[in-house]
Amino acid sequence: MAYRPEPAPFEEELAGLDALEAKTPRARSRARRIWSSLWPKVAAVGIVLLVWQILVWAHWRPKYVFPGPGTAFRSLWRDLANGRSLITGLQTMPSVAWFPLAIVVFRLSETAILFVVVLGAAPAIANGLVSGIDHVPPLLLRAGRVLGARGVKAYRHVILPAAFPSFLGGMKQGWAFAWRSLMAGELLVVIGGRAGLGFTLDSARLNVDYPGLMATMIVILVIGIVVDSLLFGVLERRVRRRWGLIEATS
Amino acid sequence: MSLRPRARETAEPELHMGSGSAVSLTSASKVYGTGAEAVHAVDNVSLDVEFGEFLCLVGASGCGKSTLLNMIAGLDKPTNGTVEVRGGRPTLIFQEPALFPWLTVERNVDLALKLRKIDRADRKQVVGSLLEMVHLTGFGSKQPHELSGGMRQRVAIARALAQQAEILLMDEPFGALDAMTRDLLHDEVERLWQDTGFSIVFVTHNVREAVRLADRVILLSSRPGRIAAEFPLDIPRPRRIESPEVGALATEITARLREEVKHHGVQT
Ligand SMILES: Nc1ncnc2c1ncn2[C@@H]1O[C@H](COP(=O)(O)OP(=O)(O)OP(=O)(O)O)[C@@H](O)[C@H]1O
Ligand SMILES: [Mg+2]
Repeated sequence: MAYRPEPAPFEEELAGLDALEAKTPRARSRARRIWSSLWPKVAAVGIVLLVWQILVWAHWRPKYVFPGPGTAFRSLWRDLANGRSLITGLQTMPSVAWFPLAIVVFRLSETAILFVVVLGAAPAIANGLVSGIDHVPPLLLRAGRVLGARGVKAYRHVILPAAFPSFLGGMKQGWAFAWRSLMAGELLVVIGGRAGLGFTLDSARLNVDYPGLMATMIVILVIGIVVDSLLFGVLERRVRRRWGLIEATS
Repeated sequence: MSLRPRARETAEPELHMGSGSAVSLTSASKVYGTGAEAVHAVDNVSLDVEFGEFLCLVGASGCGKSTLLNMIAGLDKPTNGTVEVRGGRPTLIFQEPALFPWLTVERNVDLALKLRKIDRADRKQVVGSLLEMVHLTGFGSKQPHELSGGMRQRVAIARALAQQAEILLMDEPFGALDAMTRDLLHDEVERLWQDTGFSIVFVTHNVREAVRLADRVILLSSRPGRIAAEFPLDIPRPRRIESPEVGALATEITARLREEVKHHGVQT
């Protein structure tokens, strides 16, 4: 970077930058424009980083409470590099927003719905699995290593089983997302007159069949509750009891 | 069931002669952290554990005993110096039981056999006799959280024995046990050791326990952990923990330990 903190004539300062990037006069003037609008911001960021680092050096707060910029950026970089933030980012995107694209790519077909359903569920499931893997107790990893579980065997015998409760949580969340996108999809995409729940709902509205509309809504609600609390609730409870994470009652 | 290590059955004992000790630490040090926050857990420890030796490490809390064992087990690298181990990967019984909560007691022990590629047909019987040895017959189908602390620790012992490693590292394995059970397990461990010729490094707070079991007791100073004193033992076996010889030597070592703690303070 050509910017130096001590005040220097602007022209002189640009020399380094020009030599690198600006070959033609036009590019030169553009680079200058960009630079002149950019440097106060760069300087501001630099000052903030400097003050931050000085506070850390001065032990203003203990290091683990108030880490330096280097530590913070390394952590940010690590998060970016391991794809977690991408997964989380995808998760915040409402999956209905994928429908136009899905319809363009797959036409009005079941594949389009499947695409959106999978896309809605996958980030939650992946997040559950990755966070489970991240939180395997180190003592168990060590116990596994002593027993000879390294590499693939460590995953098979220690890491994946230890991550299972978190994975199950991700599945439960994934199901909730999938169910929502499925209903939205069936309202948007009608496949060859087949009577999906969403289609039934919409045709009840069109036919002014309000009792039918209510009945379909109740069915949708009941399916949601059954899968959520019966399937996932029971599975989760069973795992937690097995692990001794809840008091065994009765 | 045979608890003999595989190497003993196949390789002749002469193999070990002249090839050094089971474990050799040479000026091994371990520093946790850096800069002002650095903790010198183990400092410049040189130590040989002979083949077939029963070595006990005693020292105040926080003096680096667990760190030393972890380095021998290959779980932590020394910051300085070297750790050499001969005769296969050692097994380590952790200070906490470290059982896998998703497996039953039986399957925790079984996993050690599975990872050694023992045939499924043979495993069931071996698991049974190991659980019998730690007095847990009938608890095989329980989950670890359904057991008491001492019972869990005994499962961990059974799981470690299932590995049949020639070097057994034990980190305060009997700390959570009542005196009766502990005495029984002292007998079991001693018998196992005599039958198999394992090398054992045994960490304990309990000086009497060390004297009951060891060929040699090493006293570590408080942080940084260094070897403060060494006591070769020649009390004939079988020993009893309440015998006057054991008591006399334990008193001597305890006095020395107290001196260490007074010099360096108790680490918190
Ligand atoms: N992972 C770690 N990170 C930082 N410091 C550690 C770590 N493990 C141990 N220490 C420090 O190293 C020192 C030695 O710890 P160690 O667990 O080896 O003690 P110990 O002799 O086994 O104690 P105890 O008898 O209480 O189990 C302690 O001061 C501890 O704070
Ligand atoms: Mg310890």
